[in-house]
Amino acid sequence: MPRASAVGLVVNGESRSVEVEPRTLLVHALRDGFGLTGAHIGCDTSQCGTCTVLVDGRAVKSCTMLAVQAEGCDVTTIEGLARDGVQDPIQRAFVEQHGLQCGFCTPGMILTASDLLSRVPDPDDATIRRALKGNFCRCTGYQSIVDSVRVAAATLREGSAA
Amino acid sequence: MIPAAVEHIRPSTLDEALEALGDPDAKALAGGQSLLPVMKLRIVRPSVLVDIGRLELGGVRLMNDELRIGALTTWDELESAPELQRPSFAAIAECAAEIGDLQVRNRGTLGGSLAHADPASDMGAVALALGAHLTLRAAGAERALSAEELFLGPFTTALAPGELITEVVLPLVEGSGSAYEKVEHPASGFALAGAAACVTAEGRQRVAVTGVGAHAFLLPLDADPLDALAEAEIYGDRFAPAEYRRHVAGVVAGRALDRARKRAKEAT
Repeated sequence: MPRASAVGLVVNGESRSVEVEPRTLLVHALRDGFGLTGAHIGCDTSQCGTCTVLVDGRAVKSCTMLAVQAEGCDVTTIEGLARDGVQDPIQRAFVEQHGLQCGFCTPGMILTASDLLSRVPDPDDATIRRALKGNFCRCTGYQSIVDSVRVAAATLREGSAA
Repeated sequence: MIPAAVEHIRPSTLDEALEALGDPDAKALAGGQSLLPVMKLRIVRPSVLVDIGRLELGGVRLMNDELRIGALTTWDELESAPELQRPSFAAIAECAAEIGDLQVRNRGTLGGSLAHADPASDMGAVALALGAHLTLRAAGAERALSAEELFLGPFTTALAPGELITEVVLPLVEGSGSAYEKVEHPASGFALAGAAACVTAEGRQRVAVTGVGAHAFLLPLDADPLDALAEAEIYGDRFAPAEYRRHVAGVVAGRALDRARKRAKEAT
């Protein structure tokens, strides 16, 4: 039986270590090891995207990655987006544009949007919808989520221009 | 769902990885986007995962008259590789862009997908239409295998135990154009029917289809796709019966050929 061993990674900017078995999924290491329960487990079959986190800046489904695969990587969960208690512009846009109802899909939506906006600062709606294909929402009908990402993009562009 | 207990090793060189893959109960782990889901379902229970994910086996290089793509190149990297904007290889980039979703494309790799051999995988058809060869490595051995020789059945390939796809090599046919088209299952995103086409400056054509049989397969060269598909053994399931899939395969093959021809004209 393979034993648990310590895996070191940078979580939300802080060097951390967690004892995991090789088979431990990243989402379980984040939730059970670090108490970062913002990475939700929805479908657990790589479909719904609510477990999405950023690994080295790229959106990945943390239910489809082993914790050991993330060793040495920079992992960002929804808890790591706010700075000094101030929401990230994408979080703020989701609140202001009613981009969530029950909120279960929201961490994944926001982190996937973060990956998109880091590469495409001014996406059109088709680009936003394509990027969010792997994130399911059962409440909103998506339009308000697309609106949120578009507004967040504008805010981020203003921020980088200032 | 949690995979069955497994060991994990991360060799620092390809040779070490190949040696570890000599263990018949070992599995190579690249991006994990196909392997981890089947391990979570415990359909696959390797005793050891040989994590090749950090080996230097990625990247797209155009050398002389060949395009060489490292097996660990992700869909995301293929989608944006400048070499794949050329008309000859455009099918690769547009196929990669339609695979799975952003998260899957960030992790999933070309070699992993070909080795997994899902009967509805998109890239199998593209590899066939573009006349790809695979470089296979095993401990102390190397051989080349054509894409046509690779697929034997659903999730079954001609890879010998311990063999690893390290590179996909495609001939550069000057003046050719290629395209990929699919109609996807609305829930899974996999191809109900997909077709890749490659047309040369002289009008020779290669068309391969996926999602409609035991594995992606090449239609007879230069054949009318509709005639060829009428003769082909097509699978059906509860989502799409065989005759519907045959029809859709003909439609996507026609669209792919049209766009490949246009691209071939642009190239000349």
